[in-house]
Amino acid sequence: MNWRAIWSIYQFEMMRFFRTLTQSFVSPVISTSLYFVVFGAAIGSRIDQVEGVSYGAFIVPGLIMLTVMTQAITNASFGIYFPKFIGTIYELLSAPVNFLEIVIGYVGAAATKALFIGLVILATSAFFVDITIMHPFAMIAFLVLTCLSFALLGFIIGIWAGNFEQLQLVPLLVVTPLVFLGGSFYAISMLPPFWQSVTLFNPVVYLISGFRWAFFGMADVPVGLSLLAIVGFTALCLVAVWWIFKTGWRIRT
Amino acid sequence: MAMVQIRNVRKAYEDGFEALKGVNLDIEEGEILALLGPNGAGKTTLISAICGITRITSGTISVGGHDTVRDYRAARKLIGLVPQELTLEPFQTVIDAVRFSRGLFGYPPDDSHVEHVLRTLTLWDKRDSKIVQLSGGMKRRVLIAKALGHEPRVLFLDEPTAGVDVELRRDMWETVARLKADGVTIILTTHYIEEAEAIADRVGVINKGEILLVENKSDLMARMGQKTLSIELTEPIDAVPAGLAGYALEQTRDGRTLRYTYDTRADRTGIARLMADLGSAGLRVRDVATSQNSLEDIFVGMVAEQEDRNGDKEASA
Repeated sequence: MNWRAIWSIYQFEMMRFFRTLTQSFVSPVISTSLYFVVFGAAIGSRIDQVEGVSYGAFIVPGLIMLTVMTQAITNASFGIYFPKFIGTIYELLSAPVNFLEIVIGYVGAAATKALFIGLVILATSAFFVDITIMHPFAMIAFLVLTCLSFALLGFIIGIWAGNFEQLQLVPLLVVTPLVFLGGSFYAISMLPPFWQSVTLFNPVVYLISGFRWAFFGMADVPVGLSLLAIVGFTALCLVAVWWIFKTGWRIRT
Repeated sequence: MAMVQIRNVRKAYEDGFEALKGVNLDIEEGEILALLGPNGAGKTTLISAICGITRITSGTISVGGHDTVRDYRAARKLIGLVPQELTLEPFQTVIDAVRFSRGLFGYPPDDSHVEHVLRTLTLWDKRDSKIVQLSGGMKRRVLIAKALGHEPRVLFLDEPTAGVDVELRRDMWETVARLKADGVTIILTTHYIEEAEAIADRVGVINKGEILLVENKSDLMARMGQKTLSIELTEPIDAVPAGLAGYALEQTRDGRTLRYTYDTRADRTGIARLMADLGSAGLRVRDVATSQNSLEDIFVGMVAEQEDRNGDKEASA
């Protein structure tokens, strides 16, 4: 393993994050606060509790997931797309590195940023509501796995994208709806039976449910299934990335 | 064994376009090879194939004895590449860019080496500037600094002086000479013949994906040392008089001009004697002119020859 190369890529990506710290840090804090004001205070006052948890606290796991998934995808896809766009990818392709090292560098950095922002949101939400975390280790495990798998997905999108529009397309048209409809702001049991069944086809439901279980001990689907979903999704992304580098798809002519 | 060994390398794209058509080339350690060819000849494709940016369709390439596909790590660690386009991360500082390249190639941080590279390229004062603030010439220097940051044994310079001012070009040539003194093998592509003449040990000519010639520059220069004397006659002649047979004169179709080829570096060019003999043969000279063979002539001649050959092939097919 060329550890120095991994470290160089990781450091480079993190430097970009720190360069735009205000943007990376302040904007999630503001948007989270807005969600609390709107959903927690204005609407939440009319929905007092969901299965024994105040509505304000109930939406915290979903809010964290929403931001973490979007941030992981955006950071990873931009991280690898930009070198392609400006041409600096020549250096990566001609360096003594293999695909695993490139992926660890880029995906690791994107996941770190997403994790950092996730924790910032968690801290911010503590100002608005009382948060208890019943299974802190499981909470961290779900959070880290989500950061990693969505950063992998972002990496794939970044390699696939042929222009900036396509770069925005998947997060906007696929991920955001899936997260919003994945029980970020409601329990599945609140839906009519038909929609409850439909919702089970949304993979994000399993992630949010597992994450929420780590907080409050309650879940829409069994925790084992959630764990299986997140591990399976990570594995799927890894296979896709491996195939991309093996065939040189959209990278090596 | 040659530092870079290229054997039967073909590169065909999916649309059927063949960018390299069975290239064979040996590049010796410590030499400077200039690859000369028009736009689209396959110069950049060849370099990309050696460096791992492009996959080859068939054939093998080794660098320092390491196969560039099977043993890519060892091969690529020896290579520094300076691309043709100014492709740099705009918001990085100069020194970070060089450190990044060094790390990417697996070398431990070495600030004294980085400083040395930046100083030789007169970038030291700009080390903390963001790349976006630099001029085009400075950016080109940064690209070179990045390549030298990881101490390559083989350096590829893809059109290093395209669109570069005179001063930078001179600096670049000096840098190349210094690297050669350190034993670095250098391959540069150019379509400026003067550049090849000025710094290369050997010159390779490539066109339409084929290497047409690889020759020592001195041999090429010898061919270029030849001059042609054109003698215009007052009256056209049917045949060269027997008395002038020793001069290997060529005659133009209209019989008005005779051409005499001679070596400028020979002790006697034979011009005075020829003039005297022309008089004795009864020919009256109206005008004379001399012209020198340049690398350009040789190059243009070769490309035209290749086109003729291909034309014949197509006609017979």
